[in-house]
Amino acid sequence: MSEKKKVQRRDFIFTASYALGAVGVGAVVWPLVDQMNPDRSVKALASTEVDVSSLEPGKSITVLWRGKPVFIKRRTEEEIAEARNVNIKDLPHPEKDEDRAKNPEWLVMLGICTHLGCVPLGDKGEYNGWFCPCHGSHYDTSGRIRKGPAPTNMEIPKYEFVNSNTIKIG
Amino acid sequence: MSDHNYVPTSKLGKWFNDRLPLLTLADHLKEYPTPKNLNYWWTFGGILTFCLMTQIITGIVLGMHYIAHVDLAFDSVEHIMRDVNYGWLIRYVHANGASMFFLAVYIHIFRSLYYGSYKSPREVIWIIGMIIYLLMMMTAFMGYVLPWGQMSFWGATVITNLFSAVPFFGEGITNWLWGGYSVDNPTLTRFFSLHYLLPFLILGLVVLHIWALHVPGNNNPIGIDLKKPSKDTVPFHPYIVIKDLFALLLFLIVFAFFVFYSPNILGHSDNYIEANPLVTPAHIVPEWYLLPFYAILRSVPDKLLGVIAMFASIFILVILPWLDTSKIRSAIFRPIYKQLYWILVLDVLILGYMGAMPAEGTYLLIARAATAYYFIHFLVILPLLGKREKTLAVPLSITEPVLGGSPNPQMVKKRELG
Repeated sequence: MSEKKKVQRRDFIFTASYALGAVGVGAVVWPLVDQMNPDRSVKALASTEVDVSSLEPGKSITVLWRGKPVFIKRRTEEEIAEARNVNIKDLPHPEKDEDRAKNPEWLVMLGICTHLGCVPLGDKGEYNGWFCPCHGSHYDTSGRIRKGPAPTNMEIPKYEFVNSNTIKIG
Repeated sequence: MSDHNYVPTSKLGKWFNDRLPLLTLADHLKEYPTPKNLNYWWTFGGILTFCLMTQIITGIVLGMHYIAHVDLAFDSVEHIMRDVNYGWLIRYVHANGASMFFLAVYIHIFRSLYYGSYKSPREVIWIIGMIIYLLMMMTAFMGYVLPWGQMSFWGATVITNLFSAVPFFGEGITNWLWGGYSVDNPTLTRFFSLHYLLPFLILGLVVLHIWALHVPGNNNPIGIDLKKPSKDTVPFHPYIVIKDLFALLLFLIVFAFFVFYSPNILGHSDNYIEANPLVTPAHIVPEWYLLPFYAILRSVPDKLLGVIAMFASIFILVILPWLDTSKIRSAIFRPIYKQLYWILVLDVLILGYMGAMPAEGTYLLIARAATAYYFIHFLVILPLLGKREKTLAVPLSITEPVLGGSPNPQMVKKRELG
């Protein structure tokens, strides 16, 4: 077998068979993998409407959206000022409060610590915002990460004011 | 493998054995030559087999009463505890059985570390063992989620969120694991399905683990190669069988103590509160057997690096046979390794304690030092030590110190070279 191997008709048939076999296996495996992704009934529960008329300044409520807690906080003047008077460059994840809360009085965000998914506690921590008891992440009054292992600010979901009393999340 | 030619005595036995040599296998297991100096640390293999069978049997029974649904799971577990005949006993055996399983597996692993059982030619036994250990952790984690208490829910949330640290695909992976946007009913049902499946995969790997063991045979406390069968070995039955059974009996006393006198001491009281996705318990802790890894995860301030460190701490064990460069197996003849071994044991115990404490202040500093030492032990000390350590003279056979023994020619050569 010292001669240089010539590509035979049979080699082509082998390669073509392996390739077709691989495609076939992939086509069979994919449904088995994809069945674990979020199903239609889960995706259908896309939006939640919340009545916020009874919320006093300084208070917050937590609602469930897609199985996740969403914090709706009506911020006081001091809290807004505190959130806006921060030098953006000092933040681990620089985001302006103006971009996070379009209407400064209302902060709507996913109440999920971006570290490992615990629900942070309100009005706690070194920055008067939220504190995650699981692994010690501190968030400010805009829900931005200031100290601790969480990599990013708490997420702002898609939401809109349907009217002055109702927020639609999702 | 011993090369015996077994012939069944009965005609029927011979007829059957010619068609399926099960009786030859049984005879091999019975006569399997075992080092005669095995101590009680070697009885944990048998104990672990018992633990696995206990978990499978009690688990199958619990599966007859448990309902995997977010609205019903918590109540169905209470139903098992209060209404099902002996349900409380079966569930407490299953829950504490998991802890006993890990207790035994940790002793088994540290036995291997002390006596160098992972070294050539037993690397494959060791690697299969590590895969079993990994599957055990996955099975235990998913089992802990099933009662759908607060610790179940938040433990599941924290552990599945580890995968969100993966760059780019993190969110896709976690949503795929959950079957939604958070831990919810689809997560619970798939965890139940996999929790039922994995123990049978473990059982299959246990067969391979024992098969791979029976090729070179057992390591032993002085860690030398043996001539088999010889004056240095005894047949597995009855010598080892009886010894293993006696050790199992002692182990069962500890097991029964937990089941009957303090069945909840190893669990967390928060798991008797039904899961609530809006409230995180003030202090989330995993089960005790995962605490050292949890401490490593928390001691790194960066999310992705913390996750990498935690997985690396397990993977490092898989490649241990190539990290430890010493040819001498047993710590008995390695005076420096012997001390470092106990420092490692202490280090892992400290990590376990720190994993249960809040991650702040002095606790965090100690956890960081212990994490660093864990990696230094395996990645720096072991490779260097194997090349520099002055080892003690290794006997030529188990009987040599007493009777003069029959020298193993390979070991004589080694000694002359050394």
